[in-house]
Amino acid sequence: MSQTVVQKILARASGKAHVDVGEVLEPRVDLAMSHENAALVMNQFLEIYEATGLEAKVWEPSKIAIIFDHRVPAESKKTATNQKKIREFVAEQGITKFHDIRGDEMGICHQILPEYGYVRPGYVVVGTDSHTTSHGALGAFSFGIGATEMASVWTLGTVLNVEVPATIKVVVNGKFRKHVAPKDLILYVIGKLTAEGANFKVIEYHGDTIINMHTSGRLTVCNMSVEAGATSGIVPGDEETIRYLREVAGVKDEIPLTKPDPDAQYDRVIEIDASALAPQVACPHTVDNVKPVSEIEGLKIEQVVIGSCTNGRLDDLEIAASILKGKKLARGTRMLVFPASGKIYREAMIKGYLYDLMEAGAVIANPGCGPCLGVHQGALGDGERALSTTNRNFKGRMGNPNSEVYLCSPAVAAFSALTGVITNPNGGN
Amino acid sequence: MAKVIYKLEDDISTDIIYPGRYMATVLPTETPQYAFADITDLNKMLNENQVPQHSVIVAGKNFGCGSSREQACSTLKGHELTIVARNFARIFLQNSINLGLQTIVCPDVEASVGDEIEIISDKIVNKTNGKSFEIIPLPKARQAIIDAGGLIPYTRKRLMEKAGK
Repeated sequence: MSQTVVQKILARASGKAHVDVGEVLEPRVDLAMSHENAALVMNQFLEIYEATGLEAKVWEPSKIAIIFDHRVPAESKKTATNQKKIREFVAEQGITKFHDIRGDEMGICHQILPEYGYVRPGYVVVGTDSHTTSHGALGAFSFGIGATEMASVWTLGTVLNVEVPATIKVVVNGKFRKHVAPKDLILYVIGKLTAEGANFKVIEYHGDTIINMHTSGRLTVCNMSVEAGATSGIVPGDEETIRYLREVAGVKDEIPLTKPDPDAQYDRVIEIDASALAPQVACPHTVDNVKPVSEIEGLKIEQVVIGSCTNGRLDDLEIAASILKGKKLARGTRMLVFPASGKIYREAMIKGYLYDLMEAGAVIANPGCGPCLGVHQGALGDGERALSTTNRNFKGRMGNPNSEVYLCSPAVAAFSALTGVITNPNGGN
Repeated sequence: MAKVIYKLEDDISTDIIYPGRYMATVLPTETPQYAFADITDLNKMLNENQVPQHSVIVAGKNFGCGSSREQACSTLKGHELTIVARNFARIFLQNSINLGLQTIVCPDVEASVGDEIEIISDKIVNKTNGKSFEIIPLPKARQAIIDAGGLIPYTRKRLMEKAGK
């Protein structure tokens, strides 16, 4: 019987040769990731063990990753205290994949996992973060869960009652035009599918555009697949996955690949011509409210954000720096840059990208989630509008319900920072 | 019998249910005060205990989209609310099941604020407008977690079995 890549991964993780869509399984977990919300996971984990007479020990400390990224450095005493308790728990339990607030190892969880080779093709990855879909970029079945479900994973090493999801196949062919990027592709896909179009389903990406796309771009595409409701986005592991894991993550051991069967059954197939895509923008207050940038050019913006798990990688910073080098931001527009990890930050420093961005007027902040979740480092004022390379534009997302967030690629963000209004990078040519 | 206390549109995100700026508050005993913090009339109504237990909020499609933050469920559970929606986003629905927040999938529901409704196993009866609407049942595997009283007791039972106790 033919299977999609996720069916194959779940079959292996459940000790079966074949699984059907809709079948209920209890797959073994290869990696379980949390960030600061590990504070709640710990609370629920200890509650599971309460009155059992058993010592509360996680099932496998080497398969748990905890990465501080959401509120770094701590914005409040409450966060600082939660982080302190997590550090103590990490030490007690012997958790090794722990990334503290240090320039040499910090970063956004969805950047650290691939960068350190923690994720491999064929893995089952769960994370207490909805953008855990990102790791499908490396051919893993990777999905977001809540804190109590993670506590259950920490206890048993499996995810209880997982239903095998149906898969939507998205086939992308053709070469992107100038200033069109993987971000524009995924915004277009979300606009087409709608915010609930892939709810409870997986999106499997194929086609020559995807094959030729670097892991960085694949991470952007899989990261935002959740904005169409998808349980996970996935690019079946290939030569590029191996290249990334060897060159960037320094992985030395064997990297087996899991491929879907050619005659696997899909919920539906969507074909996209990448060469016909224009730069896209998701308008407030839903991510599926997507329009070509030409339709909303000229809107005044007070804040530009470049960064996040979606677009805070080296190639994103390179694009922004190349556009801003030797120029100045428009007066009245501030620009915040959040490299996705310490490693990216250091490389961007050596290559001069951060110098060029700062010289143009940008503020370079430390690696982390920054203002994307509306806690600190760049909340919006009443009536202000942000143009951001992040992943969500929900009402209140950047800390203020009386503001607006528009989502776009690094190129659109950088060109717009120069003019102070939403700008089409291909406008003049 | 339960009363509809509020109606919400489609795509109510977890940022609306429980804004990110309160995410450092994690304990289910502390999250209820921030429920719908930016919908000030609803937040006030909930915090001033003006609503009886099992009051109903009726929403459109894709309720709970966005973040996996479990506070979005514990905050509603703390007020013992029932959420009726055309459908729910996956992670939010699973979190609700795990924590015991009552969520009802009812694609055709018609109800206004103030309506009295009754939830019977497979349908919602709106006593005020006289209509009834089919409920989409949860898959059996999820129902087992609800029957066990939530994911904590369900996992504890599995843990004890594994430990041979």
